[in-house]
Amino acid sequence: MKTSPSSNGESLGHRSASLRRRHLIAALFKALCIGFTLFAVSVLGLLIAQVGADGLPWLDTQFLNNFPSRFPEKAGIKSALYGTLWVVSLTALIALPMGVLAAIYLEDYAPASRLTRVIEINIANLAGVPSIVYGILGLAIFVRFFGLERSVLAGAMTMSLLILPVIIISSKEAIRAVPSSIRLAAYAVGATQWQVVRSHVLPAAIPGILTGVILALSRAIGETAPLIMIGALTYVAFTPEGPMDEFTALPIQIFNWASRPQAEFHELAAAGIIVLLVVLLTMNALAVFIRYKGTQK
Amino acid sequence: MRKMILLAFMTTFLVACGEPNVDNTMPGVDGRVSLSGKVQLDGSSTVFPISEAVAEDFGAVAPKVRVTVGVSGTGGGFKKFANQEIDISDASRPIKASEAAKAVAAGVGFIELPVAYDGISLVVSLENDWVDYLTVAELNQIWQPDSTVTTWKDVRLEWPAETIRLYGPGTDSGTFDYFTGVVNGKEQASRGDFTASEDDNVLVQGISGDKYSLGYFGFAYYIENADKLRAVPILGPDGIVAPTVATINNGTYAPLSRPIFIYVNKSALDRPEVVGFVDYYLENAGKLAGEVGYIALPASVYQAAKDRVAKKITGSAYLPDSTLSKLVGQ
Repeated sequence: MKTSPSSNGESLGHRSASLRRRHLIAALFKALCIGFTLFAVSVLGLLIAQVGADGLPWLDTQFLNNFPSRFPEKAGIKSALYGTLWVVSLTALIALPMGVLAAIYLEDYAPASRLTRVIEINIANLAGVPSIVYGILGLAIFVRFFGLERSVLAGAMTMSLLILPVIIISSKEAIRAVPSSIRLAAYAVGATQWQVVRSHVLPAAIPGILTGVILALSRAIGETAPLIMIGALTYVAFTPEGPMDEFTALPIQIFNWASRPQAEFHELAAAGIIVLLVVLLTMNALAVFIRYKGTQK
Repeated sequence: MRKMILLAFMTTFLVACGEPNVDNTMPGVDGRVSLSGKVQLDGSSTVFPISEAVAEDFGAVAPKVRVTVGVSGTGGGFKKFANQEIDISDASRPIKASEAAKAVAAGVGFIELPVAYDGISLVVSLENDWVDYLTVAELNQIWQPDSTVTTWKDVRLEWPAETIRLYGPGTDSGTFDYFTGVVNGKEQASRGDFTASEDDNVLVQGISGDKYSLGYFGFAYYIENADKLRAVPILGPDGIVAPTVATINNGTYAPLSRPIFIYVNKSALDRPEVVGFVDYYLENAGKLAGEVGYIALPASVYQAAKDRVAKKITGSAYLPDSTLSKLVGQ
């Protein structure tokens, strides 16, 4: 490059000015990102700190082992915790096989027809339907039509409807992520479609499927609207012994305590929130663990 | 006025049930231990604290009976009651003719039992230093559907010319029904531009933080928050009266104190565990109502209610039987 020293110095000065400006913009953007992240995290931190400060003093074995009571010091969360665990376990039993089988059908068996596309689009849309709508459906079908009354089973079936679309979509993604070379190799040595699915596709897709299922179940745990709609109860002083028993659930108990006039019950609600958070975090940790185990191989 | 109607009706029951013969239907305290089965309640969130307290204590004397209490509002409770999904409906107002007609049409006979008094408290912020009392006419002027009141000055000339911000319970609430019925002459008739919440704690928060606010909710919530709010005395037939346990109990806090009820399905009373629970309810409602912020009825009213249960007298004191039979006939 042949440039005069003067013009060279000029353009260098010009270049460094533009460079500085671009670096400044980059730094500003970084600061903006950090700022918003900090804001989001500190709001969350503040919420957790507030809940912890209110709830932790109430959190002891008596709180976990007692039934609800009008005396804050005697009140506990046992029936709600058991109710939630019952509902979530039954929901998993119902939604897991149904969702996974539907996903396998849609990915590996269904012909690429217009009907299949319509079904897939509808499932994606169903995932966005507000939960209260599932509650109304559950009330009309399970509670009234099938006469399941306000049982754990009716609650679990309603919750299954709610999370099925999410399970099907995430299972489909996991199954689609299995390289087609694996399928083709199996077909090439004469495996039937069932053998391909059972021995190759499913084992490779299971970490992804289970992660999706557990995240969907975590959503179900926090849902209150459909349970209130189907008439889950507020005061229950026993734990369910079978799928046909009445029940209450953690979010309902928390809501009930939070809407009482006495401040002690607001602190009990905070303690209930901690229990709900622990259940949620345990399930999410399980999802992370399964994914980790699955990718290790 | 309502209170007098209630007392008049209660007295009628008392006279009508002058010679109770209840020994054969009432299990003694010892008999309760052996009771088993289910008792299902649902309905008003206002009545819930009392029903919950009764259920809790009943669980100690009859451990094998599974009592459950839901909260779906007075109207929601009556729907489930008519559907025979529950044995007992919690109600913060008397049953409406339309609800009674549905129940009777479905073959559900209902027994109306008052369990306590609740006073509706008009409350303002602690910073509000001008309101000394309100009359029912002023309340009507403020809350009527086509109200022209926008500032405190519109209510009384000497009050500040600041926008009056109104708070009240949501339209599904029995408290809303009762307040609008008394103040505006027609249930559910109310101006719509007020902050409504089904959660009374939200109302407490809103009113206590707003100098120019005015709101109403159940007495129990005022008592718990008396350090944050001021209750406005009401000019009633007995003069200017503030809501207290004493004034609600003796009827001078009028017309904004009301009885709250449970309605029992008559055929559910064939089950001994329901009879045991209802009797226990009426024996202890007075004591427990006080504990959870409500006001006990006179002992004679509870006795009259027990007699109604023993004799399975159905119907509502607030609905003439002729209205009911006409509705059912349609």
